[in-house]
Amino acid sequence: MDNIRGAILTTIEKNSRIDLNELAIRLGVTEVEVANALEDMEKEGIICGYHTMIDWDKTSIDKVSALIEVRVTPQREEGFDRIAERIYNYPEVTSVYLISGGYDLLVSLEGKSLKEVAQFVSEKLSTLDTVISTATHFILKRYKDHGTIMNTRTEDGREKVSP
Amino acid sequence: MRNQLSDTIVNIKPSGIRKFFDIVTEMNDPDVISLGVGEPDFDTPWHIRDEGIYSLEKGRTFYTSNSGLIELRTEICNYLKRRFDLQYDPRKQTLITVGGSEAIDIGLRALINPGDEVIIPQPCYVSYEPCALLTGAKPVIVNLKAENEFRLTAGELEEAITPKTKLVILPFPNNPTGAIMERKDLEAIAKVIIEHDLIVMSDEIYAELTYKDKHVSIAQIPGMQERTLLINGFSKAYAMTGWRLGYVCGPAAIIEQMTKIHQFAIMCAPTTSQYAAVEALKNGDKDVEEMRRAYDQRRRYLVHEFREIGMDCFEPFGAFYVFPSIQRFGMTSDEFATRLLREQKLAVVPGTAFGDCGEGFLRISYAYSIESLKKAMSRIREFVKTL
Repeated sequence: MDNIRGAILTTIEKNSRIDLNELAIRLGVTEVEVANALEDMEKEGIICGYHTMIDWDKTSIDKVSALIEVRVTPQREEGFDRIAERIYNYPEVTSVYLISGGYDLLVSLEGKSLKEVAQFVSEKLSTLDTVISTATHFILKRYKDHGTIMNTRTEDGREKVSP
Repeated sequence: MRNQLSDTIVNIKPSGIRKFFDIVTEMNDPDVISLGVGEPDFDTPWHIRDEGIYSLEKGRTFYTSNSGLIELRTEICNYLKRRFDLQYDPRKQTLITVGGSEAIDIGLRALINPGDEVIIPQPCYVSYEPCALLTGAKPVIVNLKAENEFRLTAGELEEAITPKTKLVILPFPNNPTGAIMERKDLEAIAKVIIEHDLIVMSDEIYAELTYKDKHVSIAQIPGMQERTLLINGFSKAYAMTGWRLGYVCGPAAIIEQMTKIHQFAIMCAPTTSQYAAVEALKNGDKDVEEMRRAYDQRRRYLVHEFREIGMDCFEPFGAFYVFPSIQRFGMTSDEFATRLLREQKLAVVPGTAFGDCGEGFLRISYAYSIESLKKAMSRIREFVKTL
């Protein structure tokens, strides 16, 4: 069963819209087994969502993203969890990771403009009690995201027929 | 003017694949899609390419030893030990070649005296028969049968043997049928081979691409290693076709003679490719497994689709081909493939390109993304509707 779960996960990680019947054929199991496995994994929180990869740069919608290194003072009893929660509850924050190395939290952020992101950092993030310092890195170009190369070539370089 | 050409080569039929390739090229239609290739759709894994680039940066641009880098030969022997429990001496029993195809050619040249008979089970890869003919051998074709899932049986082999038989070619996992030989099948034919004191040339280029049990080499069957030339390479397992790198392991006396031909004809296999191949063997297991899983999903999908359409298709457990039957449409493979190409702009290879007994079948490659396979299958569906 773990094998099937693994195969389902690696497949839907690349294409969450895959037809269940087709997935069942490809894995050599029944459609019911696939549907059950998906439902179980949703309940268990293994599958946390079915998002869409979007290259916003190709749209007319303006988006600015930044990665922010945050150094904080961990709090007694709660460690980093309390401060992480305060940060991740902001809707403009898209991810928060606790990181080993020179700083503590890596926060990624999305805003409409540079100004908006800058404002968030200076007014909201930096003013939190336990935050010692921040360093903001604006994303200039996205080459690869979630395992997907943004401007990938699609043509088949092979000869059309070969032995 | 005098006859400029060798009669031997003039008398060899051009490859049936070539003919089909020419039609596709001549159509020059961008809408033509193909399930006709015999090479992986994946790029060579990046860490392997990177190692090739690194070797160039370091200026490793010279010939290697004739037999190939000892480091690579050692890794190959480690690999054969780890995967198939086969023991070979990297110095005396291993030769790096320009693809598995060079090993086929020079293996035949090292073994055959004119008039020797070579047993070739068909359908099979296109080069065995012409290469055998070039050595003055007499090819003896065994027509494999769909009802045996295109495996070679001891009975079929026995029937083809004469006092002149010297060599048996064993092309499994098979291009074009996708057939495999399991241990019990190999044991059955090994008995016959030993009894008649024959040599085997086992082309195991698709060894990593099996979908039932792990591949078994005939060299693993007791009494067989000393009479087997095991041919393999990097093209299929690591998606490295363009690097042109293969190898052959076998009895020291045969490898010694093959090395002689290789040294005069080739000098050595491409150096950059050899460095990249060391990396492939050291750190490539994960990539092979990932690609194998992808092929396996496509294979299941295609077999299912063909059966849905109502085309008989035995379940292939090796390589990356399915071999559906078109017998119920009352057309030859050639007609079917040509019409499919002209009417639905889908290129597949007629089974006859791999031997006369491929009549009534098509070779469908699944070295394509699922999306491409879906598009192609809908064209076959449309075509079959019109019949």
